[in-house]
Amino acid sequence: MVGYFKQSFLVSLWFVFLTFPLMVVKVNTLKNVVEWRWMNMVYVAVGAFVLSFVWRWALERRQRKTKEAEFSDDVLAKPTVGQRLLEDPKVFKPVLIVIALATLGFPWLVDIYQVNIMVLALIFVVLGLGLNISVGLAGLLDLGYVAFFAVGAYTYGIMNSFWGFGFWISLPVGGLMGCLFGVVLGFPILRLRGDYLAIVTLGFGSIAKIVIENWEELFNGAKGIAGIPRPGLFGLEMNIEAATTYTYYLMILMVLFTIFVTNRLKDSRIGRAWMALREDEIACVAMGVDMARTKLSAYALGAFWAGLVGVIFAARNTYINPNSFTFMESALVLSIVVLGGMGSIVGVIIAALVLILMPEYLRAFSEYRMLMFGAVMVLMMIFRPEGLISNVRKKYGGRKSPTEAAHG
Amino acid sequence: MVDTMNKLLEVKGLTMDFGGLRAVDNVSLDVYAGEIVALIGPNGAGKTTFFNCVTGIYKPTHGDVMVHPPGKKSQRINGFKPNRVTTFGMARTFQNIRLFKNMTVLENIMIGRHCRTSTSILGAILRGAGSRRQEQETVDRSYQLLEKVGLVDEADEFAKNLPYGAQRRLEIARAMATDPFLLLLDEPAAGMNPQETKDLDELIVRIRDDENISILLIEHDMKLVMNISERIYVMEYGKEIAQGNPQEIRSNPKVIEAYLGEEADA
Repeated sequence: MVGYFKQSFLVSLWFVFLTFPLMVVKVNTLKNVVEWRWMNMVYVAVGAFVLSFVWRWALERRQRKTKEAEFSDDVLAKPTVGQRLLEDPKVFKPVLIVIALATLGFPWLVDIYQVNIMVLALIFVVLGLGLNISVGLAGLLDLGYVAFFAVGAYTYGIMNSFWGFGFWISLPVGGLMGCLFGVVLGFPILRLRGDYLAIVTLGFGSIAKIVIENWEELFNGAKGIAGIPRPGLFGLEMNIEAATTYTYYLMILMVLFTIFVTNRLKDSRIGRAWMALREDEIACVAMGVDMARTKLSAYALGAFWAGLVGVIFAARNTYINPNSFTFMESALVLSIVVLGGMGSIVGVIIAALVLILMPEYLRAFSEYRMLMFGAVMVLMMIFRPEGLISNVRKKYGGRKSPTEAAHG
Repeated sequence: MVDTMNKLLEVKGLTMDFGGLRAVDNVSLDVYAGEIVALIGPNGAGKTTFFNCVTGIYKPTHGDVMVHPPGKKSQRINGFKPNRVTTFGMARTFQNIRLFKNMTVLENIMIGRHCRTSTSILGAILRGAGSRRQEQETVDRSYQLLEKVGLVDEADEFAKNLPYGAQRRLEIARAMATDPFLLLLDEPAAGMNPQETKDLDELIVRIRDDENISILLIEHDMKLVMNISERIYVMEYGKEIAQGNPQEIRSNPKVIEAYLGEEADA
């Protein structure tokens, strides 16, 4: 502890020295005098001291934890408080009910602007869950995921503006188109992994945007496609508010559907093969798993969700242009997956809500948005590299072990 | 026990070039049903390359790899993908353990069942009676295998948390989960202490006797090799320099030379 104080004190001295010319000395050129702002020095000193202290404490705590984990007999990693709470049915059920009620009542409690933002956040939840299949489960780093999102959005845009198809027909078609593009783009990357895969997918993302921007006849170029109808309900006429609320509930259903499917897949023969592929490709193939098929299915299934919500995205905005599908969106979805915890469904949902809603509700700090975003990511990588919620593996109670049986 | 009429694996004149380097040079090797065969040789002799050629990780430059699965048609498997070779019934382990570290012990074994099960994506999502039954069968079979290698109590641990010897045994169990007729073990005793090696010795013999699985292994531990193998092949610098039963190998001057170095003339 004394060491902490001493080191933090030195750090604060150093920072005072470094920032002295900037923070303390100010030359007033109008009056030709030098102003000495001593209070600023105190702020810097106290701030640096506290931050350094907290930093050291947190780092040490983390180190101690990993050491404990290494030396303890209990080789299973201890779940965090949050995980233990989630696993306790007494806590879990009421929490689930509260969340369900809040979700259902949300559009009636807040104004339409908030609902609209929430729809966007939910779209990113589905995107995060979709990318989670290829990145989190199968370990295929995809930096061009937004291309499939664009495929879905433009499928609806084009089907509607050229042939007048409605939302409900375009929705599955958008998903299937995403899937199709996933397979088509998946073939050339079958042999790649790691960094190479990341670079190639990054290229795909950029190509998709450039093609959309420059193919005037089909995509209407940079002007985009306008006047896309919102989701319909048996031809019912709806005003904007009703339509937004309707879209919101649609998205909730969509999220539930995604959770249902990814959850089922995660603990299945297919999901295990994806994870094995992520862990060790050579061993996976040597154990009789068909690599091409497994990789393609993970890639195509991830793309499927992007295509599906792409359609909803187009319907929500009623207008799409290439600027909605930049690398930033891919990076954002990837951040959601990493922040939430690779392979964890709850983690991805929380991360998506935080990363999309936080900038909206912190408009006052909008200048510092990217700064905060970066800081959060750096801190996460240092203190919780496994993400908000680490991936807990299913335990199969297939049979009791002999010792367990002997004990009772 | 050894069925000399029934050849399982027949490798003829296998050669593997990496650019100008001939890693395996015209090696022939047979494994009969019910046999434990060892492949030995100094470091860098090309043993693991030979394994990789047989299991489809490399495509051999020349030569034939023929498999004669019991009750099925013979097949030349040069250039088959590793997963097809495994599906045929030849499973392997790795010299440097290659487990799925962040999956549980049980899940590691369940991956081995992948090629013997058929649940599709749709089946996994709908989780109908068929896929549920298949999943339960996979779990049961995996537990059986864990019992055989003595890892039932660790079923829910992450594979990376197992002690070294247990990881080796898990790899063998995972390979057995693919229902092979031939098991290829690449240095199964590497890094084990004498007690662990002795246990492994018993385990390998038990696999052969109880499961009716033939075994081809690469090993440096001579005591283990001499103890359990019926026949031994010796490689040096990519060439096969000797073959025979343990007694013959032990007294073969070429083998002694390869292992102890040329006798310096005084």
